[in-house]
Amino acid sequence: MILKINGKTYEIEVEPRRTLADALRKDCRLTGTHIGCEHGVCGACTVIVDNAAIRSCLMFAVQAEGSEIRTVEGLAGEHLHIMQQEFQNHHGLQCGFCTPGFLLLAVAALEAEPDLSDAALLDVLSSNLCRCTGYQNIIAAVSAAARRMKER
Amino acid sequence: MKPCDFIYHRPDTIAAAVALLAEFAPAGGRILAGGQSLVPMMAYRMAQPSHLIDITRIAALSGVQVTGQTLRIGAATPHRHFAKPVCGGALGEMLPHIAAHIAHAPIRNRGTFGGSLANADPASEWCTLLATLDGSVEAAIRTGTRHIPAADFFTGVMATALPEDALLTAAFLPILQDYRWGFYEISRRAGDYAMAMCLAAYRLQDGVMTDAHLGIGGAEATPRRLPHAESALNGQPPGETAFNRATDAASASLDPMTDHTMTADFRRHLVRTAITRALAGSRA
Amino acid sequence: MTIWTGQRITRFEDENLLRGNGNFTADLPSPLYLRFVRSPFAAGKIERCTAPAGVTMFTAADLDGVKPIQPMIRKFGYIPILQHVLARDVVRYTGEPVAAVIANSEEQAEDFADSVVLDISPAQVSVTAAEGLAAHAPVIHPGMDSNIVVQTAMTTPDHAAATAQAAHHVTTKIRSRRQSALPMETRAAHAAFDPATGRVTLTCTAQMPHLMRTAIAALLGMDEADLRVIAPDVGGGFGQKMSLAAEYVVLVWAARKLRATIAWVEDRRENLMASFHSRDIEIEVTGAFDATGKFLALTADITANVGAYAPYPNTAAVEPLMSFTELPGPYDIGAYACTARGVITNTCVSAPYRGVARPAITLAMERLMDRAAEQIGLDPAEIRRRNLVHKFPHTTPTGLVYDDASYIATMEAALRAADVPAFRARQRAARAAGRHLGLGISTFCERTGYGSAAFAARGMDVQPGWENVDMRMDSHGFVTARIGASPHGQGLRTTLAQIIADTLGIAPSQIQIVHGDTDDTPYGWGTFASRSLVISGGASLIAARKIRGKIIDEAADILEAAAVDIELGDGLARIAGTDRHIPIADIAAARNGFADDGFYDPLGTFSNATHIAVVEVDTGTCKVRVEQFIVAEDAGRLINPMIVDGQIHGGVAQGIANALLEEIVYDESGNILTISLADFLAPTAHEIPPIRILHRETISDATITGAKGIGEGGTIGAPAAVLNAINDALKPFNVEINEMPATPARIFAALQAAR
Repeated sequence: MILKINGKTYEIEVEPRRTLADALRKDCRLTGTHIGCEHGVCGACTVIVDNAAIRSCLMFAVQAEGSEIRTVEGLAGEHLHIMQQEFQNHHGLQCGFCTPGFLLLAVAALEAEPDLSDAALLDVLSSNLCRCTGYQNIIAAVSAAARRMKER
Repeated sequence: MKPCDFIYHRPDTIAAAVALLAEFAPAGGRILAGGQSLVPMMAYRMAQPSHLIDITRIAALSGVQVTGQTLRIGAATPHRHFAKPVCGGALGEMLPHIAAHIAHAPIRNRGTFGGSLANADPASEWCTLLATLDGSVEAAIRTGTRHIPAADFFTGVMATALPEDALLTAAFLPILQDYRWGFYEISRRAGDYAMAMCLAAYRLQDGVMTDAHLGIGGAEATPRRLPHAESALNGQPPGETAFNRATDAASASLDPMTDHTMTADFRRHLVRTAITRALAGSRA
Repeated sequence: MTIWTGQRITRFEDENLLRGNGNFTADLPSPLYLRFVRSPFAAGKIERCTAPAGVTMFTAADLDGVKPIQPMIRKFGYIPILQHVLARDVVRYTGEPVAAVIANSEEQAEDFADSVVLDISPAQVSVTAAEGLAAHAPVIHPGMDSNIVVQTAMTTPDHAAATAQAAHHVTTKIRSRRQSALPMETRAAHAAFDPATGRVTLTCTAQMPHLMRTAIAALLGMDEADLRVIAPDVGGGFGQKMSLAAEYVVLVWAARKLRATIAWVEDRRENLMASFHSRDIEIEVTGAFDATGKFLALTADITANVGAYAPYPNTAAVEPLMSFTELPGPYDIGAYACTARGVITNTCVSAPYRGVARPAITLAMERLMDRAAEQIGLDPAEIRRRNLVHKFPHTTPTGLVYDDASYIATMEAALRAADVPAFRARQRAARAAGRHLGLGISTFCERTGYGSAAFAARGMDVQPGWENVDMRMDSHGFVTARIGASPHGQGLRTTLAQIIADTLGIAPSQIQIVHGDTDDTPYGWGTFASRSLVISGGASLIAARKIRGKIIDEAADILEAAAVDIELGDGLARIAGTDRHIPIADIAAARNGFADDGFYDPLGTFSNATHIAVVEVDTGTCKVRVEQFIVAEDAGRLINPMIVDGQIHGGVAQGIANALLEEIVYDESGNILTISLADFLAPTAHEIPPIRILHRETISDATITGAKGIGEGGTIGAPAAVLNAINDALKPFNVEINEMPATPARIFAALQAAR
């Protein structure tokens, strides 16, 4: 089957039961998407499918055929994406394991609604778990990125 | 936590899906919609379907239509579709408000209205909505369609009246033009399963409440309307007196679910709070 | 001249992680995967364990030559219980590894594991400490008389007299419920056998790679030189990854046996069930106070449920003995009498989790202070003011020496920031409107950066503590520092570079910190116990100073000046007060670089903090919302304040979680009920308020960088602040909440009982 990821095509052969998360990591060798719980709670595996943030551990790879998938590896070009820059500026990551999930969660939300209120942003960010940062710097980073993304 | 192996089908039409279900359901085949409830169960191997019939590409199963005073919701419509109002009346207002309580945005991007109903988790918001507003569902089987009213639909924890070879195709809810409504959910964290929730709706006629709907979810094996509480509201002006009587009547008839985190007394207390606050919210 | 210490520079670690180019253990490809078959019962005899034909399976019988894990501490009558890496004959906790299967994929490995027939005859279980202590409880380990693995008692000579003359006696009993560190990355290991050399490279989620290497090699009877351990990017540890996992030993054994590369990736259910738990502790404290509220004596009894085995290297004694030793906290308690015990039960092994026993002992002391304040008629801040240590050095009844710190001044800063009088007015108004706000204080000192003397004093066979740093400046002036610490989010690559940069006069971007690979780094003890910046930082400073001396001597020669007149900064060696200079890179080129090392083994230093929480308790839902949280802390010199703040944020979040949400629950048969993240509730962004942080920097001579440790403070103080705030909020109801997590169900039960 074919997966379209970050604008490239990947031809893979997987069992139907292989999740999108595992297919990305194992078959496409895109290990930036991380697995934290495998039952759809922690959000570490969040990727963007057809412009919506989804938990890739809750989707089978076969279901993603024909969709446009974006992973963390596709965020930066030569330079880091604004969201990545602000995570760095605001110390929004420590161990980095939950970070790709948060980046894509935030990017998807702000691309869909650039004018998200602070309260709505907090709702979105409460979707994912982080054990290191206590969230404060993640919220600051995403807020700063939101302002810059709107300006552009 | 990897699922057991299964054979994957992705039909394009309702008829094809129903045919597959007829063939494979007896052997453990199941419908796959959003997967937000089913796939975690498969990860824990608590569910081990031998076949999965993916209905998410069947266009006819998604989308909403208003016909007269009824909203028809295609079963495979994702929760996120309800983030903005899709119709008028009290229903149009309450759908986005209630949807925001369902898990988190990424779950709502894939989880479906019909999936929640078929899953029949006692703490499901859409199940509480359907039960409280006396909605109904439509299911397709090989021999035709069946219509099941909400009161008959939920039969127990995670159990419905849907035959194993039936595909839930739509749900129907009343628009409730000019009704007042209130909703309150109590959960440990935002987006968690409800420990208790209440949906209340009524029409105000000549200063008194009529056609009161008051339902609770998350507290008993299935969500349901509380007729004794509704009787305490009907014919009364909205206000603390009637609301307190309704809350008392509700508590008396409760059959609370308990577990290691929840005693019967605590559940009752939470139900009282949910009802009180839902009713208080209806006056806004 | 640019000074790097004290600056909030962004981290060098970040770019790779942000791009998704981190190297986490489970990212490594592997041709084979191993999965464990785990006991479904908490206790019982293994009758049969068989796999269908075609499934490669190993059990304890196959691992006959592998030694059991048996950490030792030679004090307090500790009994060195042993753990076979695969259960032999009996199982002792639900989730204990009994067998291992090998497959070509994780999916297939799980199918194979499910196909194994494991028959166990269940036996009577002890789940709680009380059950383990009961007169007829089965003794869980052969050779022991009871399930007490360690116990100790002490009474200072003045205790009886002091207690007798007290005007007030106040008793409080706290219950800390079982925790799990829940790193976002579960444990994982990847063992690659190289047939050409016979070596195994073990890449694993570890906080102590060198010790893992020593320990695993010893257990397998292999030369240490044949084992290389790499801790790559690690997705959070919080202590859970410092203890030796039996699973790693089995994996390395299997890789050698099959002469292959095999990986093990723990899933989240396994992580909750069988990765180290902690803090299942009950403490009763009695404070004897004079008429003015001054401590005369403290009496305590401590029971820790330590699980079925002992974690390596800390042993099953770590929580009860740390509680016993550190209970007095920042207070001058006068006389001390304490009894403490660790009880073996049929539950998962308890091991250090960020703060270890300190969140529980702080809860005990801080609840005691609030209760004493109420009983004696003092303000909660005032009773603390009268009892906090303020003369340094201070030696506690258990022999700990507190170095220069600011317990009182820090508390005053926190109180000012909280504007307590304004809060009290707001609280009164809220009460009149039926809303229950509360404010809670907790003050504590945190033992950090302690070296081998401290571990020796504990009597541990394995005595971590010191750190080496090997430092080399190449002929381009670029510096590589190889360290034995093993950071996993703490930003050490950045903070150590800041320290070295200031000493050598170059930019941090010219400095690379190498860690985690036992082939590439000097022996060291890893990252845990709030030690890395203090100890590896100290060793880095020592090494850098030596190289600085060499650079200065060379510069003095070249510039024909006195060494004492040479200053280093901004990449240049300059004669002070002139503009005669030479680039440091040129000096390095002239000498083909410089190399030296540093060794640091400090006694330890105590940082301190005061936490203040403001909460609202909703009696309709019995939920607690943390509205505000203030931390006033003193950890000495801040190398990178941004990173310090980040550590505090994360620690406080885990502390709030401990106070309100997280709990591992067993049923009466020893089945673990919290096996998913829908049951074990970690906080989201909604549950953690913005944390306001105030800093003080008391520079003590107990740490040569001036920095004290900061990693665990958040978890230590936050639970007590939240619990005290809850009790403050619920004062009108005449209830006491002394159990954490203070779940809505527990708050309801307390309110109901008081009615």
